[in-house]
Amino acid sequence: MKSSLKSDFIRGILHGIPIALGYLSVSFGFGITAVASGLSVGEASAISASNVTSAGQAAGVDIIAAGGTIIEMILVQLTINIRYSLMGISLSQKLDKSFTLPHRLIASFGITDEIFAVCSAQPKPLTPFYMYGMILIAILGWILGTFLGASAGQLLPAAISSALGIVLYGMFLAIIIPPSRKHKSVLCVVIIAALASILFKYVLTAVSTGFAVIICAIAASAVGALLFPVKDDTEEVNE
Amino acid sequence: MKTAVYIFVMAAVTYLIRMIPFTFFNKKIKSKFIRSFLYYIPYAVLSAMTIPAIFYSTGNIATAVIGTLTAVILAFFNFPLIVVAVAAALAAFISGFFM
Repeated sequence: MKSSLKSDFIRGILHGIPIALGYLSVSFGFGITAVASGLSVGEASAISASNVTSAGQAAGVDIIAAGGTIIEMILVQLTINIRYSLMGISLSQKLDKSFTLPHRLIASFGITDEIFAVCSAQPKPLTPFYMYGMILIAILGWILGTFLGASAGQLLPAAISSALGIVLYGMFLAIIIPPSRKHKSVLCVVIIAALASILFKYVLTAVSTGFAVIICAIAASAVGALLFPVKDDTEEVNE
Repeated sequence: MKTAVYIFVMAAVTYLIRMIPFTFFNKKIKSKFIRSFLYYIPYAVLSAMTIPAIFYSTGNIATAVIGTLTAVILAFFNFPLIVVAVAAALAAFISGFFM
C-alpha cells in the first residue's frame, strides 16, 4: 500500500514536469507584469502561490493596480475562474475510492487548465497522491517563474522585459484559437467578446477593466448558449 | 496592507470555486442553457482579456502586433501553449530592433 502511494506520487511528478516547464516561462511573464503594475516581488510570488491561475491573476493585478473595489475583485475572479468549477465537476466523476473528503479539500487547490487536461486524459481513476505529485511540481514551477520574473524583471534590459509582457496573452491566444478553428460556435463567442471589449476600451471608458471583462464574457457566452447550445455532455469542458 | 487584502480575497474566491464542486458535486448539470453558457465562458473571458490589451502589452504597438500575428499563426496550427507564448515574445523582441 505504501509503495503504491509512492509510485502514484512519482508518476504524478513525472506527468507534471512538462506542465512545470511551461508554467516557469508563463509565470516569468506574470512576475514582470506584476512588478510593472507596482507590486513587490514578495506580493507577486504570494499571488502565484495562493492562486495558481494565469488569467485570474493577471486580472487581479489589473484591479489591484487600478485600486478597484473588493466586490469587483470577487466578481472578476468568479467570472474568470468559474471554468474550474466545471473542471472540478468533471474530475469528481473519475476519482478513486481513496479520494476521501480531506484529500478532495487539498487536491482541489491545484485544479488548473493544464492539470485538468492531463488528469482527464488518464485511463485509470485518479488517486490523491498522483494529483499531489503533479500539483506539487507544477506549483513549484509557477512560483519559481513568478519570483524570477518579478526579481529579474528589473535587471533585464528593457527590450527583453517589455517583450515578455506579451507572454501571457500569447498563451491565452493559444487556448482560444484552436477550438475557434474547430467550432464556429466558439469562434462566434470569441469575436463577440473581443468586439465588446474593444467597445469598452475606446467608447464606454467609464466602465472599469474588471467589470468590462465580466460584461463582455457574460454577454458573449449567453449569445453563444442561445445560438449554439452544447450538444453532448463530454464536450462541455474540453478546453 | 491593502494589497494583502486583495490577495487574500483573490485566493479565497479562487479556492472556493475549485473546492466546492470538486468536493461536493456528484451529479450532472441538467439545464442545457447553463451547461452551454459555462462551456463558452472561458473562451469569452480570455478573448475579452486579450483584445485589445495584447496590443499594449509590449509598450510598442508595432512590436505587439508582430508578436500577436506570430501567436495567432502558431496557435492556428495547434502549436503547444508554451511554444506560442514564447514565440510571441521572441517576435516582439526581435522586431523591437527594427522599430
